[in-house]
Amino acid sequence: MKVAVVQFPGSNCDLDTLQVLTSNLKLESKLIWHNDFDDSTWDAVILPGGFSFGDHLRAGAIAAHSSAMQTIRKMANDGKPVLGICNGFQILIEAGLLPGALLRNSCLKFVCKWTNLRVETNHSAFTCAFETNSMIRMPVAHNEGRFFADDNLLDRLKAKDRVVMTYSGENPTGTLREIVAISNEHGNVVGMMPHPERASDIALGGEDGLKVFESMLKWS
Amino acid sequence: MLANFFETILTADEMQYARQQLGREPNPLEWAMIDAEWNEHCSYKSSKPVIAQLPTSSPRVLVGPGYDSGVVDVGDGYVLTLHIESHNHPSAIDPYGGAATGIGGVIRDILCMGSRPIALLDGLSFGDITKSEHSKWIMKNVIRGIADYGNCIGVPTVAGEVEFDQCFERNCLVDVACLGLGRKSDLLLAQATHPGDSVFLIGGSTGRDGIHGATFASKRLAADAEGERSAVQIPDPFTKKLIIEATLDANRTQILRGCKDLGGGRLMNGQTEIADKGNAGLEVYLDKIPIREVSMDPIEIMISESQERMLCVVKDGSEALLEEIMLKYGVTCARIAKVTSTQMVTVLQTGETIANLPTSFLANAPIINRKSRLPKITKYELNIKPPADMLNALLELLASPSIASKEWVFRQYDHEVGIRTVIKPGGGDAAVLKLPNGKFAAIKLDGNARFCDLDPYIGAATVLAECCRNIVAVGAEPVAMLDHCQFGDPNDEEIFWCFSMAVKGIADFAKAINLPCVGGKVSFYNQDGETGKAIKSSPVLAVLGLIERTEHVTRTRFKEDGEDIVVVGKTLPEFGGSEYYHLRGVRGSAPPSLDFELEKRTASAVLQCIKRGLVTACHDCSRGGIGVALVEMALGGCKGASVDLEKIPHPEMRDDELLFSESNSRFILTTRQPSLVLDILSKQMVPGAVAGTVGGDSMKVTMKTDKLHCKLDTLRDIYEDSLEKNLYR
Repeated sequence: MKVAVVQFPGSNCDLDTLQVLTSNLKLESKLIWHNDFDDSTWDAVILPGGFSFGDHLRAGAIAAHSSAMQTIRKMANDGKPVLGICNGFQILIEAGLLPGALLRNSCLKFVCKWTNLRVETNHSAFTCAFETNSMIRMPVAHNEGRFFADDNLLDRLKAKDRVVMTYSGENPTGTLREIVAISNEHGNVVGMMPHPERASDIALGGEDGLKVFESMLKWS
Repeated sequence: MLANFFETILTADEMQYARQQLGREPNPLEWAMIDAEWNEHCSYKSSKPVIAQLPTSSPRVLVGPGYDSGVVDVGDGYVLTLHIESHNHPSAIDPYGGAATGIGGVIRDILCMGSRPIALLDGLSFGDITKSEHSKWIMKNVIRGIADYGNCIGVPTVAGEVEFDQCFERNCLVDVACLGLGRKSDLLLAQATHPGDSVFLIGGSTGRDGIHGATFASKRLAADAEGERSAVQIPDPFTKKLIIEATLDANRTQILRGCKDLGGGRLMNGQTEIADKGNAGLEVYLDKIPIREVSMDPIEIMISESQERMLCVVKDGSEALLEEIMLKYGVTCARIAKVTSTQMVTVLQTGETIANLPTSFLANAPIINRKSRLPKITKYELNIKPPADMLNALLELLASPSIASKEWVFRQYDHEVGIRTVIKPGGGDAAVLKLPNGKFAAIKLDGNARFCDLDPYIGAATVLAECCRNIVAVGAEPVAMLDHCQFGDPNDEEIFWCFSMAVKGIADFAKAINLPCVGGKVSFYNQDGETGKAIKSSPVLAVLGLIERTEHVTRTRFKEDGEDIVVVGKTLPEFGGSEYYHLRGVRGSAPPSLDFELEKRTASAVLQCIKRGLVTACHDCSRGGIGVALVEMALGGCKGASVDLEKIPHPEMRDDELLFSESNSRFILTTRQPSLVLDILSKQMVPGAVAGTVGGDSMKVTMKTDKLHCKLDTLRDIYEDSLEKNLYR
């Protein structure tokens, strides 16, 4: 499986994500500069965390309008796995590939900590290797991770099995209905605030994140 | 147009010396250039003779002080680079921007050695936040500035130290240390060695911000310092992130000959330094420098401290390749100078020479041999009664901002990015980072203004000893240190005496344990212009350690019920400069004593125990004494303990002294094999004893006459919530 990791100016989890894909999972993977990402024949694509374009205007807003998004959109429509992590999630929402909005954390501060999560569904390209309702641990690190939508959309996401992961126990960002990851209708496009690449090594605190990437292999 | 006047802060003697050396009167631009090079901040003209006594070499040290960062060989072709900077004056006026740009500066120091910044540490000193609204404001914004900047550039903030004292009310201290990782083969030095090479200015454009910043740092903060806001630079972390990636990319293609950070050192300083270090000259084309404000005159352009700029010395013929890399990242670059063999810095505007000065003249300010005088020390009579309630005394200490959990601070920092952080903030006595060769780096930063205030020699040596203990407690061997000396006005003979003694203390202890100093900084004039009050002597030191094997990585938290608790070292009735005294409004007369040889043996014995696999948790015992250290270990592991302090090595002393004294050379560790641990200790002639066991959900401490018993939940509430409560009260 060939996995592209798209680099925007200001991405800062690009190298970490690449390292986990190539060193831990032995996948064929490459960093592709956003301007050069015009080939939709990759098997999957990951939008890494960071501060694309310095979070200027709004987190993810400028990257959502970059030319790379056309390729990403095509891959999404082709049913290929597309994962947005943290800032990548913000970009997918700004680009309209996922619904809702990510607002400033209710504590008005950046929050970096390991969190307890529940896998709400394994009907997604990035959770199909988990059992539904698994309890896992991954860290979050962001300023804008409070998922927001009207009740109608929240109910619909739940009904369609599109709520992928939630906080279990503490909700440090005030996100609605504890939501930290959602998917599109087909389950191939997923955005998540927690960082699976930071939870891929026991020495660093845990390796539940590896299964997120392993799911991608299982899905295709 | 050249201004016809420049107001320099050089002394009359220095101006006379300059005239003599040149054999002519410099023009205003040249005065500005000399001023920029010879101010205290950039030239170290007062401190050079004093800091010369620090040891600087070891087989691991590839580059010592004098370059942008120290370089330590960690084997297998990898190097660690490290440097420390402060941004005290700017942060006192604009805490958010000042703290942020402080990080920007130290990041560039790491970058220009050709290494990637992989960790940041902050040493922060603020006024008393339990009393001062101003200090609360400073603290909140300094931390927000560090978070916004560090998080955005993707460099984790992994450890630090926060100290509170009334003396920092108007002069907060914001120290930032940075650790970099690179390959030995990719190392760059800030020098221009080959005539014909091109010098590029990359990154942001040059504006009027930060003009006189270094000069501003070379005098006292004025009463109306608010008006000096133009001396604070404007942070732009996004541009910095692009510069990091673009510079590392350029270095990978082998087109760079050297690299130099600009910032606190301006265009002027950067140019002079690379030319002087390379034993070459430079021809600078002023018209080529991208500026962002209209009608800036040559002086302003040369001494602006606009942020996010670097100088790159590019091999002759590789200019186009550099431009291509910069274009990819959208980083502005301009070829602003050429390396010459003249050993002169020549500035040209529209083809006309407007300044022409010898590089070595500019780079070597005349040294000032300052006078020093032993300060008059007031001995304080002490009459502190034992506390009526020992538990209450412990809870007060846990609530004190200097001791209480700093979780409110480090939650705001991304400490995970880079996927290297093994021991995270709050998890151990030092941060531990995974290296690509299978080893681990440990790093910590420490300060203790109250000890240094009572005795700068013992105090400063203690700061270094404590920092090393923190490194040893996580299982690492100390391999290098950085020093950052922060004092008041060096014209004050008493302050200069304190500075000299502090450096001597650091140097003597460093020599005793064979620890090389690979870089540092001196920051004088931390003094309030209005009240004339200087800060307490505040050296902040960072120590880098290496861990060879993953099993040696040791944390502070209690691990298993039933394990034995060993207190290593002798507890003496030493309350001078302690937190316990501070809470009672007493300063004391002397800091805890420090026996260099005992300290060395103690650290070595503890490290030996860790390497033998005997230690399950380890904590340095310092601020707040044994009482606080035990609580921290218990809360970390969510396990209680029963301890009998009568069993630990100590002379006849009071219960409060036993529990809260801040004696040096002590550790607390847990083990399943106490006899083997005690054996290693006694072989090294280090006192130690089993004092209790881990277990239960409360802390039980027995002393000579008193007993203390408290549920962990009660201790946790106080320890974890106090800092935030104080900030938002």
